[in-house]
Amino acid sequence: MLNRNSGKRDFTAGGRLTSPAGRIHFPGELLLRSAALFSALIIFALFGFLAYFSLPLFIEGRLGELFSLHWRPFQGQFGILPMIVGTLLLALSALALAYPLGLGICLFIHGLGPALLARPLLLLVQGMTGIPTVVYGFVSVFLLVPLLRNLFAHGSGFSLLAALLTLALLILPTIVLLIHSQLGQVVPALRLTATALGIARERELLYISLPASSYGLLAAAILGFGRAVGDTLIALMVAGNAARIPDSAFDSIRTLTAHIALVVSTDSQSTTYQSLFAGGLILFLTTAAINLLLHRIKSRACPSGDGS
Amino acid sequence: MKKGILSVVVLGSLLLCATSLFAGELERFSGLQGKIDIAGGTAHIPVMNDAARAIMTANPDIVITVAGGGSGVGVQKVGEGLVEIGNSGRSVSAAEMEKYPTLKSFAFAVDGVTPVINPSNTVSGLTAVQIQDIFAGKITNWSQVGGADAEIHIYNRDEASGTRSVFWKKCLNKIAIVETANVVPSNGAMKTAVANDPQAIGYTSIGHVDASVKAVVLDGVAPTQENAINGSYPVVRKLYMNTNGEPAPLVQAFIDYVMGADGATSIAQHGFIPIK
Repeated sequence: MLNRNSGKRDFTAGGRLTSPAGRIHFPGELLLRSAALFSALIIFALFGFLAYFSLPLFIEGRLGELFSLHWRPFQGQFGILPMIVGTLLLALSALALAYPLGLGICLFIHGLGPALLARPLLLLVQGMTGIPTVVYGFVSVFLLVPLLRNLFAHGSGFSLLAALLTLALLILPTIVLLIHSQLGQVVPALRLTATALGIARERELLYISLPASSYGLLAAAILGFGRAVGDTLIALMVAGNAARIPDSAFDSIRTLTAHIALVVSTDSQSTTYQSLFAGGLILFLTTAAINLLLHRIKSRACPSGDGS
Repeated sequence: MKKGILSVVVLGSLLLCATSLFAGELERFSGLQGKIDIAGGTAHIPVMNDAARAIMTANPDIVITVAGGGSGVGVQKVGEGLVEIGNSGRSVSAAEMEKYPTLKSFAFAVDGVTPVINPSNTVSGLTAVQIQDIFAGKITNWSQVGGADAEIHIYNRDEASGTRSVFWKKCLNKIAIVETANVVPSNGAMKTAVANDPQAIGYTSIGHVDASVKAVVLDGVAPTQENAINGSYPVVRKLYMNTNGEPAPLVQAFIDYVMGADGATSIAQHGFIPIK
């Protein structure tokens, strides 16, 4: 997404190559098309593969077994409901924390804060995108988890709270950079007019530019959520991985992604293993739904089909 | 320049010395060449690496790769013919044997699994029943087993773990482990978690125990290699190398090497007990 804006510029540059009148073809076009087709085929193959392997669970009417509350593979119970709940709880709470923060940072950068600090702050957030997930996880295990354990004296510290704090930090740059790029397009177009009308910069930002950036605002939320749902390592390292629905934020939870990572090396002939494909299918469909939703919002926001 | 030549000569003579020292065990590889791919159980990796390094140094015509993945992956990969040796920290299951009937197992080491707690914990010994009650969620405070008044934090392993499998069968007596227990994905992660949490209890391979965690005396028996060898410490498992059908000459030579004198030294060095 973040690349979209820079990508847009590239696209116009590429457009020069294909125009005039679209006759002259960019020499690598065939290559690019086949690459695109190949990637699309892989996605479909992936879906087919997941569906095929989880099909037995669906047609044998074992769905109830799957959507039950208990994961006790040795007693023949393969409920992945706690993991679905854990995933949603973690992703939503991380988003609820990171989104207002991200929005605040963007408004700060675009005029609510001193201009002198805007650039360093943006650079800092951009730098955060380059930090590998495992570093966040590692630092959390050694700093955040013991801190939470000592601070609240409830549970081991490996908890929903620890994971959501870490995950919020991880998805923050995604949110900031998306909103920032949208504001970057909207603000320059509106600021001059607003200033001419005598509207203060803060009011212009809050009442004109922000509402005009609704696509970016929504896209940031959706992609932030998607990133949170898809993340594996942070949940695996700091959420505790207890396969049950938590009573409080101090309880240990297990996400679907962490669940797959934990169980994937079991005996591959077992039902335990098969149930993973259902989990994978749910994750796949979730991200597919997120992308479709984004596409719909985009086409509604920009009916000309220009993209962002 | 002179210095360079000198160091080459010194290095060369050192290498020659090393080669002649190990020649006895490594002789079986002379004249052999080819590739051995190894995957599976993670407990096995240090021993496999030692053997691979020694063999490849002695005979550059042999290439050995070592990968992890876990016991399940090891069995599956060797069954499908993707690797020559698939390691497992448990015996091949009946279902796996049915799918890959030609699998052949070679047990080469015994590994003990011990309950571990934080070194700052005043508790030092527990009975198997107490441990079962802790993992079942019936005992929830360290004061109930003679420790400080603090909540017990249970750390468990994933279902794919061979370590979990032996601990659950031989120490926990197959009870249902409480669902609130944290789950960590490896022996290393278990050690990190227990070392950092004063209220923790978990379990790990005896080979992994060091100063950062405290091994719990179980029913009065200290979890040491000696006690595992003489049979007084009960929570033990075997480490296996598995091949699909009769091993090829090179693979057979590798297995013989691991089960020979050099292998035994390496196995003992990494905290396991060699099987003769």
